[in-house]
Amino acid sequence: MSRRAWRWLIPASALPVLALLAYGFRVNPREIPSPLVGRPAPSFTLTAFDGAPVTLEAQRGRVVVVNFWASWCYPACYDEAPVLERSWRAYRDRGVVVIGVDIQDTTEAAKNFVRDFGLTFPNARDPSGKVSVDYGTYGVPETFFIDRRGRIRAKHVGALTDGVVRVHVDALLAEPAG
Amino acid sequence: MIPELGYGAAIVALALALWGAVTAALGARTGRPALLLSAQHAAVGVFVLVTACFALLTYAFLTFDFSVRYVATNTNLGTPFYYRITGVWGALEGSIILWAWMLALYTVIVILRHRVSARAFYPWVLTVMLGVLAFFLLVMTVAAPPFARSSPVPADGRGLNPLLEDTGMITHPVALYLGFTGLTVPFAFALAALITGRVGDAWITLTRRWTIVAWYFLSLGLLIGGWWSYHVLGWGGYWAWDPVENAAFMPWLTATAFLHSVMIQERRRMLKLWNLSLVILTFGLTLFGTFLTRSGVIASVHAFTQGAIGAFFLSFLALVLLTGLGLLAWRWDALHAQGALDSIVSRESAFLLNNVLLVAVTFTVFFGTVFPLLSEVARGVKVSVGAPFFNQVNVPLFLALIFLMGVGPLIAWRRASLDNLRRNFLAPVLVGVVAAAGFFALGVRSAIAVLTLALTVFVAATIAVDFARATRARLRVGERLFPAMRGLLLRHNRRYGGFVVHLGILIIAVGVTGSQAWSVQTETTLRRGESAELAGYRVRFEDLTASEESNHFKVAGAFTVSNGRVLGVLRPAKKFYPQEQSPIAYVDYRLGLNEDIYLVLGDFARDGSQATVKLLVNRLVSWIWIGGLVLTLGALLAILPERRKGA
Repeated sequence: MSRRAWRWLIPASALPVLALLAYGFRVNPREIPSPLVGRPAPSFTLTAFDGAPVTLEAQRGRVVVVNFWASWCYPACYDEAPVLERSWRAYRDRGVVVIGVDIQDTTEAAKNFVRDFGLTFPNARDPSGKVSVDYGTYGVPETFFIDRRGRIRAKHVGALTDGVVRVHVDALLAEPAG
Repeated sequence: MIPELGYGAAIVALALALWGAVTAALGARTGRPALLLSAQHAAVGVFVLVTACFALLTYAFLTFDFSVRYVATNTNLGTPFYYRITGVWGALEGSIILWAWMLALYTVIVILRHRVSARAFYPWVLTVMLGVLAFFLLVMTVAAPPFARSSPVPADGRGLNPLLEDTGMITHPVALYLGFTGLTVPFAFALAALITGRVGDAWITLTRRWTIVAWYFLSLGLLIGGWWSYHVLGWGGYWAWDPVENAAFMPWLTATAFLHSVMIQERRRMLKLWNLSLVILTFGLTLFGTFLTRSGVIASVHAFTQGAIGAFFLSFLALVLLTGLGLLAWRWDALHAQGALDSIVSRESAFLLNNVLLVAVTFTVFFGTVFPLLSEVARGVKVSVGAPFFNQVNVPLFLALIFLMGVGPLIAWRRASLDNLRRNFLAPVLVGVVAAAGFFALGVRSAIAVLTLALTVFVAATIAVDFARATRARLRVGERLFPAMRGLLLRHNRRYGGFVVHLGILIIAVGVTGSQAWSVQTETTLRRGESAELAGYRVRFEDLTASEESNHFKVAGAFTVSNGRVLGVLRPAKKFYPQEQSPIAYVDYRLGLNEDIYLVLGDFARDGSQATVKLLVNRLVSWIWIGGLVLTLGALLAILPERRKGA
């Protein structure tokens, strides 16, 4: 290489660094594996906003989607609330239950949330925070997918999309019952 | 309404900035004043519009306008008035507005100051500054729009990150961003110098004070950040080599190197290529820092959000580096060094070595920061590099830098004679050696601590020697003592401002050494009425109280601290915010010149019968804040206009 050509190595030297940084986009630091996946789902009994009891045990034999949310969790919980309602309506006749667990919230704000989004699946407050501790939630929203035998099979952090629900629920429905 | 107004203003500002950048460049090429005038008007228009955006967002915060998504995610009805204002720049989108606003402000000041005085560079400077501004406005309108609408409009917002509810948060980002954006000015001048081919000293003389101003704000931002970390994060430290801290530290290091190396270019016409590279690198590092904190590529304690923004910043960083370095390569022939080093024992070589060391520190910090990425590329495993790496590699470099701080300002240019060395350094070296022996005799056993303290004394002695000699010279011509000293500081303010900054750094070095070597801590669980002891302090657990604050629930412990006599009651607490998954520690402390006693509340029994508390006795930490104050005063002195007449 001639002496004059060498100088173009100056800008070229920036390229490997830029390439390294671009590589960084491929990784997702938010993906935290849950040690609970594959283990039996912790049982709970709560009282729904309409006064009915909500018991996980009673749902044995059905695929259960447990969603932890809060009314102050804007925007993620606002984004996923319609998704949950849609999924519930689409799957309820196929042996799927959606349960919303409202944590660190006030009853009034939570009730307004349920009303505003027209949620019809069971939603209950976790007043003591015990359920969210049992499930090891880091924040809201987090969603657990539980199979017919009552084991946690997947966990999703952040707002749900129709696609995410479909993938997990369809996979669990495809498994033989019992 | 506010989302539409703000969004509209941002889009018009973006169009104006692009228009201004193009017309200024055309003006530079054709020499038509009308084009340049149009660019100027566009720049002023951008400033007005960004100011309007800022005002609108602030208004939305103050009136809890949750139809603005950003307001809904960063405030709630319980957020106190004060933090509704700082909330404006508490997260990504708002911080971009603040950034753009400062950049627009700097652009207007550059127009006012340099329209006439820097005629040759000015059109290109305007092009570069408006180009950078256009980038931030693009981010504001596309990647992270602060005026995005929320639908449905929530009844209440999410609330500000509780860690940001601190007075430090009003000044820390503002100072840091003033530093970051301020570095755009020397960068714009450097590019203008390369484009026009006027790569002599003119651009350096024109931007010298700009660089010091930016450096001053950057230093202030770093110091306030350290203070925030110390009294908010509750781990008792002020610096953790966290990626975000590193991101702000790296441009500071290269800017410091630049402030020194320009002196060689001014004096000896050397290092043209080096200086231009440093300025481009420094600006690139400010963007890198923003990229790092905003892209989520590297996990950090204060990572903002992730998303499209990372790709935006990375693309812009690529554009800046490739353009800047490409221009350097293009002007290669004009940048060849003219001077040469006459001797290793000279001020030039001391400054050069200082630059090499500062860049070496920058490199190691950069390496450590991106190491998780590197290891993932190489081995598929994400491994972080902790503080031990940074400390081990950098402490020797810092010590060498302190040594040079004593040598550089006093040693002769070109070639130092033996006589020059003896005259300037014999006494300080002796004082340093005596100090080392003294510290050893006082029981300091850590080699690094003895070395740091002795070097500090040595450098302080060189400053004293210089100042005393200069004062004596003035006394000889009949001035009185105090006017003579004041005259020195004000007339040679750049030199003595530099010395004051050096003194500040020395004081900080003592603080860092002391806190690293002599701080002690313990953690213990106490029943009510029980006491724990640490380093002569006695801490008794009195009781636990709970209270409901406007936007959180607080549990505070009361601990009586005494060391022979009662010093007072400290009340460290845990704050429970509904939007946070874990409680936020609220530390309590009693600061002293020699040591701070610092309490962090851990777990506690719900009935208040017992509590776990972490006790720290941090030594000499206050010296860091005092040194910081001295440092910023020195920088202010150096910013003053030079009053020196003639030589």
